[in-house]
Amino acid sequence: MTEYLFVGKSVPRTIEADKVTGRAVYIDDLKRPGMLYGKICYSRYAHARIKRIDTSRAEKLPGVRAVLTGRDVPDVRVGFLKDQTVLKRDVVRQFRDEVAAVAAISPEIAAEACDLIEVEYEELPGVFDPFEAMKADAPLVHEVDARGRPLKSNILPLPWKFSAGDVEQGRKAAAFTVKDTVRTTWVNQCCMGTSGCIAEFDVNGNLTLYSQTNVIFGHVGRITEYFNAIGLKGKKIRVVNATVGGSFGTKLDTDIYEFIAIQLALKTRKPVKILFDREEEFRALPPRQPAVFDIEQGCDAEGRLTFRHVTAVLDNGAYTSWGATTPSVMMMPMSSLYRVPNVFFQATCVYTNNIYCQAMRGYGNPQATFAVETSMDTLAEAAGIDPLEFRRINRNRPGDLTPMRLKITSCGLEECIQSVEERLGWKEKRGKRNGRGVGMASLIHVAGGARVTRSDGHGIMIKVNEFGQVDVIESGTDQGQGSPTVISQMVAEALGVRPEDVSLTFGDTGLALWDAGTHASRHTFMAGNAAIRACRKAKQQILEMAVEQIPGIVKGGFKRKKRKDPEFVPPDLDYGLISDPDKLDIRDRMVFPKEAPDHPYFRVPIHFVLRGALHVGTGQSKVVAAEAFYDPPTEMLDRELKGNLSQTYAFGATGVEVAVDEKTGEVTILRMVAAHDVGKAINPTLLLGQIYGAAYTGVGYGLTEEIKVKNGRVMNPTFRDYQMLTAMDVVPVEAVIVEPDDADGPFGAKGVGEPGLVPTAPAIANAIYDAVGVRIRELPITPEKVLAALRDRDRAS
Amino acid sequence: MKKVSVSFTLNGDAVTAEVPVTWNLLKTLRDYFELTGAKEGCGVGECGACTVLVDGEAVNSCLYPVFEVEGKSVTTIEGLAGEDGALHPVQQAFLENNGVQCGFCTSGMIMSAKALLDHTPSPSEEEIREGIAGNFCRCTGYVQIVEAIDMAAKKIKQAG
Repeated sequence: MTEYLFVGKSVPRTIEADKVTGRAVYIDDLKRPGMLYGKICYSRYAHARIKRIDTSRAEKLPGVRAVLTGRDVPDVRVGFLKDQTVLKRDVVRQFRDEVAAVAAISPEIAAEACDLIEVEYEELPGVFDPFEAMKADAPLVHEVDARGRPLKSNILPLPWKFSAGDVEQGRKAAAFTVKDTVRTTWVNQCCMGTSGCIAEFDVNGNLTLYSQTNVIFGHVGRITEYFNAIGLKGKKIRVVNATVGGSFGTKLDTDIYEFIAIQLALKTRKPVKILFDREEEFRALPPRQPAVFDIEQGCDAEGRLTFRHVTAVLDNGAYTSWGATTPSVMMMPMSSLYRVPNVFFQATCVYTNNIYCQAMRGYGNPQATFAVETSMDTLAEAAGIDPLEFRRINRNRPGDLTPMRLKITSCGLEECIQSVEERLGWKEKRGKRNGRGVGMASLIHVAGGARVTRSDGHGIMIKVNEFGQVDVIESGTDQGQGSPTVISQMVAEALGVRPEDVSLTFGDTGLALWDAGTHASRHTFMAGNAAIRACRKAKQQILEMAVEQIPGIVKGGFKRKKRKDPEFVPPDLDYGLISDPDKLDIRDRMVFPKEAPDHPYFRVPIHFVLRGALHVGTGQSKVVAAEAFYDPPTEMLDRELKGNLSQTYAFGATGVEVAVDEKTGEVTILRMVAAHDVGKAINPTLLLGQIYGAAYTGVGYGLTEEIKVKNGRVMNPTFRDYQMLTAMDVVPVEAVIVEPDDADGPFGAKGVGEPGLVPTAPAIANAIYDAVGVRIRELPITPEKVLAALRDRDRAS
Repeated sequence: MKKVSVSFTLNGDAVTAEVPVTWNLLKTLRDYFELTGAKEGCGVGECGACTVLVDGEAVNSCLYPVFEVEGKSVTTIEGLAGEDGALHPVQQAFLENNGVQCGFCTSGMIMSAKALLDHTPSPSEEEIREGIAGNFCRCTGYVQIVEAIDMAAKKIKQAG
C-alpha cells in the first residue's frame, strides 16, 4: 500500500484563517455600491383572504425605494410542486406567507415601512393537523393545483409507496411481531448565520445573485425557469456564494425571499439585500419535516427480521419544498437498515396551514431511523433477545443487495456494533432498570453521491502555474464542513504538491463546471474522485514537460559547475530513466524517476520544470490545466422507487448510557459512543468535528429541540425558547472511526456529513427504556414526557 | 436622528464615532468602523456571535449602547492578531483543532475564550464551558472548541 503524505493526516484548517481573524466575508458583511435593503411583510393569519392592501403610507416614508405586493409582480408559481407565488395576491395559507416587500436605503427604514403597510384580511378556517386535514370535510388549503384544476383533497399527489418481497408471507413467517406509533416534530436547522442574499442586475438585465446556496446550479436552473415565466427569457444568471454561516439543509431550495430580492432589484435597478433576523429565521425558514409513523415488524424464532410494514403521514404545511421529498430518503433506512426481505412503506404528505418544510442534515433519515430503531428495540424485547445482539443478527453485510436494490459494497456495521458493545460496557450495564441504562441504534446513509437528479456529476478544474502553485475551481460549495482543507489534501496527494500550495474557489456558477449540489454527504466523495481524475491529467502534462526539461536542467547544472570548477567531469547518466512520462512521478513538489526516486540529478523541484516549460516563446508556451467531471455509475430510482442511487453507503452505530432522574424526568447522557464506517478518514480531526457536531444536533433532536407551532403560529422563535444545546450541555462523545477502505471512494473515503445525527435520538430513547422501563415514542423526549410515562408506568403496576 | 459623539480606544487606536444615539456597539463596529468580524446572530444577546471585549470583559455588543463605551477600551477579533499578523494562540488553536467550521460564531467564541484566559490562565474544562456558555455554535458540538481553548491555555503558559 502506498503511504500517503497528506491523506489521513490532521492537516489544520490554515486555509480558512480568515474565519479566525474576522476577515471572512459572509452575506451579512457583503455590500454592493448603491445597495438597498429589502424587508418582507408576512401574513397575520394562518389562512385568510386578502381583502385590501394599502401601501401608500409605506411608499411615502423617506428612504423607501420600492414597495411590492402580489399585484405588482407577475402571478407566477414557484416551488417543487408550483403551489405558491412569490408574493401572495388573494389568499394567505400560513403565517409566513409573504404579502408585501419593501426596498429602502437602510434596514431600519425598510422595517418601518413594512409596519406601515395596511392589510385587511378575512379569516378563513384553517387546518393544523395532517390527520384532520385528510378528512373529507376538512377545509382545503389549496382550491386548485398548479394548472388551475380544482383540488378535492389536502393529500399531495406524490408517489411514496414502496413494496418489496411479500409482507404477508413475512407476517406468516414471523414468530414475533410488534407495532409502534412513532412521532417526530419540527426542528430548526439553527444556522448561526441567518438566511440572506443580494440580487443585482447589470445594465443588460443579467443577474448576479450573491447567495448562500449549496446547490448553485440548481439555483440557476430554478431562477432561469422563473425568468422564462416572467418575460426575462435569455437573461443570464450567475450565482456566487459568500462565506456561508452554516447550511444543514436550509440552502437546498431556492427560497421565496430570494425571488423577492430579485423582484425588488428588478424594480429599483439597484442591488438589494435581504437578510433575515433570528426571529424570521425561526418563523419563515422551512424546518425539518415532521412525520408520524406506524411501524410493524416481525422476526422468526432465531431473531431474523421477516418483514417491515410502515405507513407515514407527513404534515406538509401550506406549500411544498423539499420536505415533501424526504420519504425518498426515509425509504433507504426503511428498506435497507438491517437485512429485511419483505418491506412495505407508504408515506402520505398532507397540506395544512402550518409552516412548510425543507431539508435538514440527514434529510428524512433521522425521522425514519427513529421509527425503525424504536421498533427494533420493542421487537428484540418481544423475541427475548438482547437488543444489541438482535441488531448484530440482522446487520447489513458487504455484498448485500437490499430490497431497494442498494448495492452494499464496503460495510463496517459489524465493527461499529462491536465498538458500541465493548466501549460502552454493554453486557455489564444493560438491563439493570435502576435509573441508568444503555441503548443503541444504527444507521445507513448514502455516502457515494445520491442520484436524485439525472446527473449526479461533479466538476472540478485544476491549473498549475510556473511556481508550482495550484488553483482549484470547485463546483461544490463550502458551508463550513472543511472541504477547503480536505480537498487541498487530496489534490496535493494526487498531484504531488503540498496542501499549502493549493488555493480553492467554491460556489461560483460563472467559473465552475457543474455539480448536483453539496448535499447528501457527497462533497468529499465526489470532489475527491473528480480531483483524482483531474490531477491525473494535470500530472501527465507536467511529466511530459519534465521529460523535455530535466535533461536540460541537469546539463545546465553541470555547465554551471564546470564554470566554477574546470576540473569537474560530468557523470555519465542513464537518461533512459527519464525518457518517458510513465517513468516519472511527482511527490511533495519533487519530480523524480520511479526507478530511482532519490536520484542525485534527476530528482528536481516541480517549479524548475514548470518555469522552464510554461512561458517560453512564440508558439511554444503552454499551460498546465485539467478538468474532470465525475458522474458515478449509479441509478435513478425506478418507478418502483428502487435503484442503487449511491456508489457506496455509510454505516454506523451509536450507543449511549443515560441516567434518568425519576423525580424530574430529566435525562443525562453519561456516555456516548459514536462508531462510524467512513471508508477512510482523509483528515481525522476534521472528521471528528463532523461526528461531534452531528451527534450534538442529534441530542438536541432527541431531548430538547422543537419548534412549537400552535394553530400555525411558531410560538418559540428565539434561541432562549427553542433550547438548542449550549457548551454547558456536556455530551461526552467518544467517536470511533472504522475504516474499511471503500474501493470506489477517493483514497477509500465515504461521506460522513450527515450520518452522526441519524442514530442519536433513537439510541437515547432506547437507553431511557433500559434505565427506567418507559418507552417514549415521540420527539423530543422532554422531562415532561418522561414524567408522564413514569406516572403511567407506576399506575399500571 | 440625533447623533452622539463617542470617543474610545478601538483595538489600540484612539477613535471617535459620530453615530445615531440609538445605535449599539455592534452596529457601530460593523457599519461605522467596517469591522465586520463581530456578527449579529440574534440581535437580542442570546447567541454571543457579537462578543467583543470592553475593558477586558466579554460583552454582547448587540446589547451594548454605543454611548456607554465612552472612554473605554474595545477589542474586537480584528485586534487580536499581533501587529506582524501572527495569530493569537487561541486563533491558532481553533485552526489546528477544528474549533472553527462555518465560522459564524468563531469571532465571538474566540473573544469569549480570550477574556476567559486573561482572567483564568489555567481553566478547567468546566470553567472553559462556562466561559463560552453564552456563545452558541451549531457546527462543532463545542467539543473541539473546548479542546482548542485548553490547548491555547497551555501554549500561552508555556510561552510564559
